[in-house]
Amino acid sequence: MAENQIDSLIQLLAKLPGLGPRSARRAVLHLMKRRESLLIPLTKALEDAAENLTTCSTCGNIDTRDPCGVCTNPKRNDALICVVEDVADLWALEKTPAFRGRFHILGGTLSALDGIGPEDLNIAGLLKRAREDVVQEVIVATNATVDGQTTAHYIAERLNDCNVKVSGLAHGVPIGGELDYLDEGTLSAALKARHTF
Amino acid sequence: MEWSDQAIVLSARKHGETSAIVTLMTNTYGVHAGLVRGGAGKRKRGDLQPGNRVEAHWRGRLAEHLGSYVCEVHEAHAALLMDEPDALACLSAALATCESALPEREPHPSIFAGLGILLASLEGEDWPSVYVKWELGLLGELGFGLDFSCCASTGVTENLIYVSPKSGRAVSAEAGKIYKNKMLKLPPFLLREGVSGEPGEIVDGLVLTGYFLERHVFGHLRSKSLPAARHRLLERLRRNI
Repeated sequence: MAENQIDSLIQLLAKLPGLGPRSARRAVLHLMKRRESLLIPLTKALEDAAENLTTCSTCGNIDTRDPCGVCTNPKRNDALICVVEDVADLWALEKTPAFRGRFHILGGTLSALDGIGPEDLNIAGLLKRAREDVVQEVIVATNATVDGQTTAHYIAERLNDCNVKVSGLAHGVPIGGELDYLDEGTLSAALKARHTF
Repeated sequence: MEWSDQAIVLSARKHGETSAIVTLMTNTYGVHAGLVRGGAGKRKRGDLQPGNRVEAHWRGRLAEHLGSYVCEVHEAHAALLMDEPDALACLSAALATCESALPEREPHPSIFAGLGILLASLEGEDWPSVYVKWELGLLGELGFGLDFSCCASTGVTENLIYVSPKSGRAVSAEAGKIYKNKMLKLPPFLLREGVSGEPGEIVDGLVLTGYFLERHVFGHLRSKSLPAARHRLLERLRRNI
């Protein structure tokens, strides 16, 4: 019985991104050796998360409360909304102090082949928020992929009658990037978006 | 078994954590999918953007296996179109139409050549006309070519302004007068080589090719309809008139 429970734990952990059966087994062994200091707190944290996690009805973020911490933070700039594809993108942007506005999570991108249309994304919610008087600018921060940019242009078009400035992220050379190592596409985009000194 | 060929990336779907299943339109082998190891990783993801022209090397134990690709970028079309909403919509429509309409592993070198010309034209001004003509070529290649040589009813070669939705043949203004509500419009730029269409004519052209693509090609597929990207392109161009 105990073996089955351990096997089942290994199988579940092996489903996590970045872990395979071998690394899951190592993780389980590690947890078993540190039962008091790691396994029990982890179990409790997982239980708490499973019980309390919810999707924010305003922006689509995942948090333990609704509206989420980003939406209720009074120090954030209400005039700016940054539109991202996924929660992971929100977390990535949160790492930089450069943006302190609100977020809006679309939940994916338009994709003809996967059958994802505008009605499958959280675009209606964005339009509703953009029509609020306080909002002045919507930054469309979708990925620099064909699907991401197609979605960005679609959103920009839908926001036309919302009386807000619509902007997008720049594409080009990353900080610390050496031209020699950049792919052709990034270099082409960087050259196209060159600026005058 | 292995081969190398010129190809255009139609789509790339993540497979596992770092790999991708990439569908290419190749010159010799038609629409052909394969696994790219590391294709979803940071280094290769940009190379496998839809619309990029690549030199593909395919390897598999048997010809019918999925096999794996090694791709080297020749032209990164996708990156140049990121800020061009209309051209990007055209790119998405062409690639989705190509992937959905063509059977896998059946060579269609003329469609590949046409797609290459279309991609090259996307940085210019004439791409809407090129796109409509490419769809006409696609219909022809699949065996449903439209005939604009003379009027289906009277045989005259002048004043051809309609296309019969039944036969796919041109109809003159005189002969089509009484059926004009049922006829599809034949834009003049489709009758002459090297001529670009006006925005209204482009929309008529897309309606024309869309009708026959839906009837002969997509109607028999599971989707039953043109790809959503193709619908969005038509809507976008309609708004631009």
